[in-house]
Amino acid sequence: MSETIEQLADREYEYGFVTDIEMERIPKGLNADIVRLISSKNDEPEWLLAWRLKALERFQKMLAEGHHPTWAKVSYPEIDYQDMYYYAAPKPKKELESLDEVDPELLATYDKLGIPLLEQKRLAGVAVDAVFDSVSVATTYKDELEKQGILFGSFSDAVKDHPELIQKYLGSVVPYSDNFFAALNSAVFSDGSFAYVPKGVRCPMELSTYFRINAQETGQFERTLIVAEEGAYVSYLEGCTAPMRDENQLHAAVVELVALDDAQIKYSTVQNWYPGDKNGKGGIYNFVTKRGACRGKRSKISWTQVETGSAITWKYPSCILQGDDSVGEFYSVALTNNMQQADTGTKMIHIGKNTKSTIISKGISAGRGQQSYRGLVRMGPKAHGSRNYSQCDSLLLGDKCGAHTFPYLEVKNASSTVEHEATTSKIGEDQLFYCRQRGISEEDAISMIVNGFCKEVLRELPMEFAVEAQKLLGVSLEGSVG
Amino acid sequence: MSQVLEQGRDRFLALAARVPGGGALDALRAEGVAAFTAQGLPGTRLEEWRYTNVAPLAAIEWSDAAEHLSVARSALEAVASPVFACGLEVFVDGVHHAELDGTQRADQVQELADAATAPAALATLADAKRHPFVALNGALTRDGAAVSLDGDDQRAVHLVFAEASADVASHPRVVIETAPGARGTVIVDHVSLGLARHYSNAVIEVRVAENASLDVVVLQRTNDASFHTGHLAARVERNGRLRTHTLSLGGCFVRNDLEVTLAGEGAECVMNGLYLGTGDQLIDNHTWVDHAVPHGRSEELYKGVLGGRSKGVFRGRVMVRPDAQKTDARQSNPNLLLADGAEIDTKPQLEIYADDVKCSHGSTIGRLDPESLFYLRSRGIGVEAARLLLTRGFAAEVLNALPEPALAETLGAVFADRLERSGGVA
Repeated sequence: MSETIEQLADREYEYGFVTDIEMERIPKGLNADIVRLISSKNDEPEWLLAWRLKALERFQKMLAEGHHPTWAKVSYPEIDYQDMYYYAAPKPKKELESLDEVDPELLATYDKLGIPLLEQKRLAGVAVDAVFDSVSVATTYKDELEKQGILFGSFSDAVKDHPELIQKYLGSVVPYSDNFFAALNSAVFSDGSFAYVPKGVRCPMELSTYFRINAQETGQFERTLIVAEEGAYVSYLEGCTAPMRDENQLHAAVVELVALDDAQIKYSTVQNWYPGDKNGKGGIYNFVTKRGACRGKRSKISWTQVETGSAITWKYPSCILQGDDSVGEFYSVALTNNMQQADTGTKMIHIGKNTKSTIISKGISAGRGQQSYRGLVRMGPKAHGSRNYSQCDSLLLGDKCGAHTFPYLEVKNASSTVEHEATTSKIGEDQLFYCRQRGISEEDAISMIVNGFCKEVLRELPMEFAVEAQKLLGVSLEGSVG
Repeated sequence: MSQVLEQGRDRFLALAARVPGGGALDALRAEGVAAFTAQGLPGTRLEEWRYTNVAPLAAIEWSDAAEHLSVARSALEAVASPVFACGLEVFVDGVHHAELDGTQRADQVQELADAATAPAALATLADAKRHPFVALNGALTRDGAAVSLDGDDQRAVHLVFAEASADVASHPRVVIETAPGARGTVIVDHVSLGLARHYSNAVIEVRVAENASLDVVVLQRTNDASFHTGHLAARVERNGRLRTHTLSLGGCFVRNDLEVTLAGEGAECVMNGLYLGTGDQLIDNHTWVDHAVPHGRSEELYKGVLGGRSKGVFRGRVMVRPDAQKTDARQSNPNLLLADGAEIDTKPQLEIYADDVKCSHGSTIGRLDPESLFYLRSRGIGVEAARLLLTRGFAAEVLNALPEPALAETLGAVFADRLERSGGVA
């Protein structure tokens, strides 16, 4: 394990990245000096450093006491946290002259996903024609956002420009002591995104990490904070459908959302990180803590995720429904193929009156993939008149994969209603036969049936993303048939 | 382990040292002491005990069975009705009372304490190493019954475990074996004689042979101060059929574990359960179906009604092993919450490692449907009567599936009576 990380960490990036000669070599390992160093690199104020150090102390205590989480249904060799680099300065990319220099395998995948040529160039690190420079597009967007008072940028900039907002909200949804990986992230997070939508403003476009002007690598320990003030609306997109070749094997990100009275936050994720090869070698460990707090009355937080990448996915985007009449939603498609493992789900914590939550989870397991839905629905004693509906469906392709469901339902008042159902089945032979006899290849037929199975979730995605996500499912299932 | 649990463990181990040795149960006891010493009493950090704190049970100084009480037949009949006299076998405080027995066939039911050799299935199904209360039962058991069903016997075997003395803990053991093709019904009935606080910790091991069909009814209708932990482990062979009925209608602390392995192709099991929580009761049901081979079928229906400040726990685990293709597994756990102080924690769980299967589970938690209530009230039925009617209707699905009609009728009345007395429908 430690060797693998070392190799990955030491490896030159294969797809056109070079190591900055001026980059300082920061030694491996995790200690207070490393945390101080990360903090000083970002010119952070004293209070943030103190917070990081508390988190580090907490993490080291948990590590020493053996609180590494073992409850998830995933297996991987023990991680040596001292044998990793915790800071890598953003590396300038070597710009390629044309697409011809790009790995043809990568291009083939882009084509299948239907990513526009310009976009392909940008993703692969090819210099883009100045007229269509995505940076200039992003700048235009930024002006428009600023006019409305919306703050959107990198986390480190936000710490400098709006420390009062960061200090108020950072760790207020996911405290540094929340769990093992949240503590690790709080101690060493390098950068991330920050979005703030002021009172009554409806964000006119989808905010996306895609178009962010500081589109440098955000690193393996990302921190995202989104705040929607009273009556605000924002839709945020994370990740992209293109395969992300990343050199860091362990990713421990934290996402915090805060919605005040009547505010709405829609958070969509498409994750397609390197899943490892067919034999389960390599691949990203994606251990993420995502949580949204519906603090205000009638607020709403909606999570949509399409998870097709990563060797191991460990994430539970959750909603704390604190305000009366607040709404939480979770729509998920998770696909595991080959040796991938995914343990994902959500938590809906109902605290306020008449709160509502919906959970739709679709799991697809192929090859030797193992897939688990793990969810919690809790109705507190004061959450009168609250409702939850959960539906978890699993589709199995092949006789070596597994699909598991672990829902926890806890109800402490008599006027709430909770409904949960789960089914597991395989693709019907008759459905396949029907498609085949109409001249559709088996692979296309399966892709089509899988897309139908996921429709309820995919339609929650912003339109252009939904199209790509559909194709992505097809690409990810390649080779799972026959 | 917390101090209370440690003290509880030590007290139980001290009791184990006092169990008289000799007889067919010695090996079981030695194994039980070893396994219980290793595990102790389970804390809430264990996933299996997450919602159920055994500290109240551990805090009490339990004693072992006292002297042979004299119990009137009428007293027994009052609490264990309907009595199936043909196959009746009675234990009081864990000790066999032959004078209360019915006219059962000696070759069908035998006391474990008297057996020259232990029955073949003893300690082969309930795993003491994984379950602390199975280990405790092994360590402390004094007696129990071995039931063997060989023919097409229409008469139910009725095993009554009555507890009478204050603060006595009894640990009865039951082994049920069927011959290939046999049919039968066994009722394991936990009752109280009087209002004294007591604890019963039963382990039932069931083997259903090829083509055999068996109904096992586990009734728990002890008084409001009593504690109960029960473990039923079963193995069903090819084309065998097992139906279990677990009814929890009493006690202040109840935990039932049910483990069924479908070990032969075409094996089938139906698991029905009903739990009614009133007052400060805690009722916990853990079930596990293991589909080990292809073509198995399991169907589970556990219904819960919780009023007062009671707490219900349900965890239903369905496992489909690799290659157990063509499995059909269904599970349902509807719950009715009657009062705001009541709580339910449910965890239906599917673990599936084969692809050509049909598996589903569903769980609902809610209150009585306001529209149904309105319908009844608009026809001149009072609120209380309407609520009682709807709640009884909710429970009827499980009660009606009981193998003996007389049982369904009596238990339906017990259910309604408890509900009414607790004010659960007010």
